[in-house]
Amino acid sequence: MALAWQQFRFERKQFWRNPSAAFFNFLLPVLLLVLIATAFSGDEDELEVLIPGVAGMGVLATTFTALSFNLTILRDEGILKRIRGTPMPAGAYLAGLVGSAALNAFLQVALVVAIGALVYGVEWPRDPLLLVLLTGLGVVCFAALGVAFAHVIPNEDAAPAYTNAVFLPLIFISGVFYSANGLPPALEAVAEALPLKHLIDGLSAAIVGGSGDAAGAAAVVGAWALAGVVLAVRFFRWE
Amino acid sequence: MPELAIEVSELRKSYGPVEAVRGLSFGVERGEVFGLLGPNGAGKTTTVEILEGYRPRSAGQVRVLGQDPEERDRRLHERIGIVLQSCGFYPRVTVREAVAHFAKAYPAPRDPGETIALVGLEQKADARTKDLSGGQRRRLDLALALVGDPELVFLDEPTTGFDPAARRTAWGVVRRLKELGKTVLLTTHYLDEAQELADRVAIVKDGRIVAEGPPDRLGPGSSRYRVSYLSDGRRVEHQTDDPTELLHRLTRDALARGERLEGLEVTRPTLEEVYLELTREGDSV
Repeated sequence: MALAWQQFRFERKQFWRNPSAAFFNFLLPVLLLVLIATAFSGDEDELEVLIPGVAGMGVLATTFTALSFNLTILRDEGILKRIRGTPMPAGAYLAGLVGSAALNAFLQVALVVAIGALVYGVEWPRDPLLLVLLTGLGVVCFAALGVAFAHVIPNEDAAPAYTNAVFLPLIFISGVFYSANGLPPALEAVAEALPLKHLIDGLSAAIVGGSGDAAGAAAVVGAWALAGVVLAVRFFRWE
Repeated sequence: MPELAIEVSELRKSYGPVEAVRGLSFGVERGEVFGLLGPNGAGKTTTVEILEGYRPRSAGQVRVLGQDPEERDRRLHERIGIVLQSCGFYPRVTVREAVAHFAKAYPAPRDPGETIALVGLEQKADARTKDLSGGQRRRLDLALALVGDPELVFLDEPTTGFDPAARRTAWGVVRRLKELGKTVLLTTHYLDEAQELADRVAIVKDGRIVAEGPPDRLGPGSSRYRVSYLSDGRRVEHQTDDPTELLHRLTRDALARGERLEGLEVTRPTLEEVYLELTREGDSV
């Protein structure tokens, strides 16, 4: 437990020393949010889609993308192998690593919600507790899937291509920037099967009182979280 | 008889159809520097990685500080230090931060500053690890392996890629470890390194040990001493187990002929010659 905390602090220190990671984690989603929100600033319906959408995208980027990318680098560079040769327990190490990603996810969601409320006049979250719970569930789900996905990425050089191949189509079909209701049925079916759309529906219910079914959303995200944890543990590679 | 630091008996390891280690046995005493010497692909690294707990073995018995490394008991990892062949660092932290961070995983670590001094990296203590040279990175490897104050240190080709000055520094560190009473298992393909550092050496070829002993006493079969001299400008060479008898005969005959044995030399085969003879390609043992 103490070691997990040490690892967490060590990861935070490194995170802030990596300007490009800090940019992709915090500034890029905010930039997209501001650009699109400004374009549609008079359109309250669009803003109520956009704020939960970008919050969900932030969870995906800070956990799934960041963890699968970083773990691939750590594995390729032999840093995981080095750690495996020390008394550091695997669980404490991963807890520190995932904990740092989780903090980024919560900061991102808070940032998006705050900008929505302060700059664009979207209401403050109607159900803050639900927002925290759903964000937490989304973090568990996408962090586990990110750890599992690192197994699929063959090497460091391929990491950006692999993570973007998931990230970009997923945000396109999951209703991040616009409502996903108008999608062709085939794409909608894919989005329905994957967790991001459900997370966004749930966040929408928590933030703007969207019509989505929060319990149903939580069930789908929870099922993916369970699958992610099983896959992450089963296929974890140290080298 | 105190327990050995490392005991390996009939160790085997296969990767699919390829048998990398084929019945290897050796023991390392506490406080000893033991060298595993052999060409690339001989099975040295596989053997060491089994001892370090990275890989399961296919057959045989292994004890490291009295424990089976395959169980991956945390208490064993608290007592050993590992320098792997190639291993990265967190790029955005300094040497001091990296050493201090790794120290936290051990129950009784060595002081990080002292550890950095031990490997001669004081000048670079506040440099980011990504800005270190190859030799400096290897010294940081060593510092990270030593910060837990281990009883047993594994060094897998610790000076590969070093310039001569950096090698001397690294050798100094290994001698210092020995003075501190640590046990060291060293793999190397540098003969001078084994000769310089190891109390005992095992030469590994094709997953087997082909010779074992103190480096200055390793010799194949009976060709232990070599006596040579110049005769009509050409070097004549004899090999013998009993140089006293041979020299007596040679000098007696020469004196009887009224000659001198020009350029007379009595030498033992160097470790290099033994090594080259034992590991010659296509020479099945």
